[in-house]
Amino acid sequence: MRFALLVLLQVLVLNNINLGGYIHPYIYILFILLLPVRMNKNSVLFIAFFTGLTIDYFGNTLGLHAGASVLLAFARPGVLKLFFKPIDFGKNEEANLKKVGVGGFFRYTLLLVIIHHSALFFFETLDFSNFHLMLLRIGLSALITTLGILVVLMVFSPRK
Amino acid sequence: MAFLRKYQFFALFVLLEIVSFLLLANSYSYHKSLQFNAVSDLSGNLFSNFNSIESYFSLKEENEKLLEENTLLRKGLASSFLISDTSFAYSDSLYNYQSAQVVSNSVSNQNNFMLVNKGSLHGVKIEMGVISGQGIAGIVIGTSKHYSRIMSVLHRNTRISGRIKKNNQLVNVVWDGQDYSKGQVNDIPSHIRLNQGDTIVTSGNSLIFPAGIVIGTIVDQTIAANKTLGEATLAFSTDFNSLQYVYLIKTKMKPEQDSLINEMMNE
Repeated sequence: MRFALLVLLQVLVLNNINLGGYIHPYIYILFILLLPVRMNKNSVLFIAFFTGLTIDYFGNTLGLHAGASVLLAFARPGVLKLFFKPIDFGKNEEANLKKVGVGGFFRYTLLLVIIHHSALFFFETLDFSNFHLMLLRIGLSALITTLGILVVLMVFSPRK
Repeated sequence: MAFLRKYQFFALFVLLEIVSFLLLANSYSYHKSLQFNAVSDLSGNLFSNFNSIESYFSLKEENEKLLEENTLLRKGLASSFLISDTSFAYSDSLYNYQSAQVVSNSVSNQNNFMLVNKGSLHGVKIEMGVISGQGIAGIVIGTSKHYSRIMSVLHRNTRISGRIKKNNQLVNVVWDGQDYSKGQVNDIPSHIRLNQGDTIVTSGNSLIFPAGIVIGTIVDQTIAANKTLGEATLAFSTDFNSLQYVYLIKTKMKPEQDSLINEMMNE
């Protein structure tokens, strides 16, 4: 359900957004970020691969998002350990705002988004002649994606 | 066994990355993207449902009527007829135009594609040219029953054979992946001076676009010393960001031209 909503949001709305040609928010990766922390790492890799492939299918970029998402899934256990080592996660618990706090979630998301976007923009062109432009695209897009993810979470998270 | 378990995660990661790269490798070449095209009615239907909500606000029917009328007018244009010498005019038209609605489009990626709502059932074939009311738009690279995928001119592999309208000199038009409204003109003979506003049109050499379709107008020319071929920037006449309706061009002489070229290649 969450998967379908995020993919539709990405494909129908966000892929049509064009902010000055540099900024591409890819909110769909929130799905991978929110998989249970203690989920089998190999399963996460597979899920990330198929999530990316779904986005690729609708965006005519076969392989691009799949590759970047797999890299994100590969880096995820390390980043989780780096930021949330002292926190105890239950069997099916996810690293959400409530569990790790806004600050913690922001750091976790930003680092993984930067990894994902770097791979994405590198693989898109395989051309380093415009290195500054690429860095600008990665930086701005990563920032907007991270903020977008926080906004989506705050809008949809259940309130008490 | 412990060794395997330890590196299983890494091995799986590498494997999935390799699969991704193999898939991705197809998109770097125009000819490979002709062979692998994942067009299906599923994504077409999704986009066209969403698009129909969007275009509800833009006087959809009125547009379509105008478009059909334009198609008729284009068929009557002199350039649509083959005239091989002055005394004989081929009575059948050389190009046929098919109107289509754009259901999905992008301008902000390095390689951009469109999806339009006409497919193989309507006679669309790969390598047909696509133009808008203002100028060139792209090339068909894949079809499903009801939809076609189009490689936008805004693609790193785009290379369109053009002509400077005022003096008929041949040039090439490419896109550098940055500004969706601007393209680059390459291979300009160094003695040619271009002025701002000079028009670049299709050459008609490529068999995909008829001759004389507007590509864009020159913005400025970079003069490089001791180079035999110069470059210039042009503003595309098509506004890719607002593209809603396009024409697909069927070249009736294409099979004949293709077989002639094949014959030449085989000799």
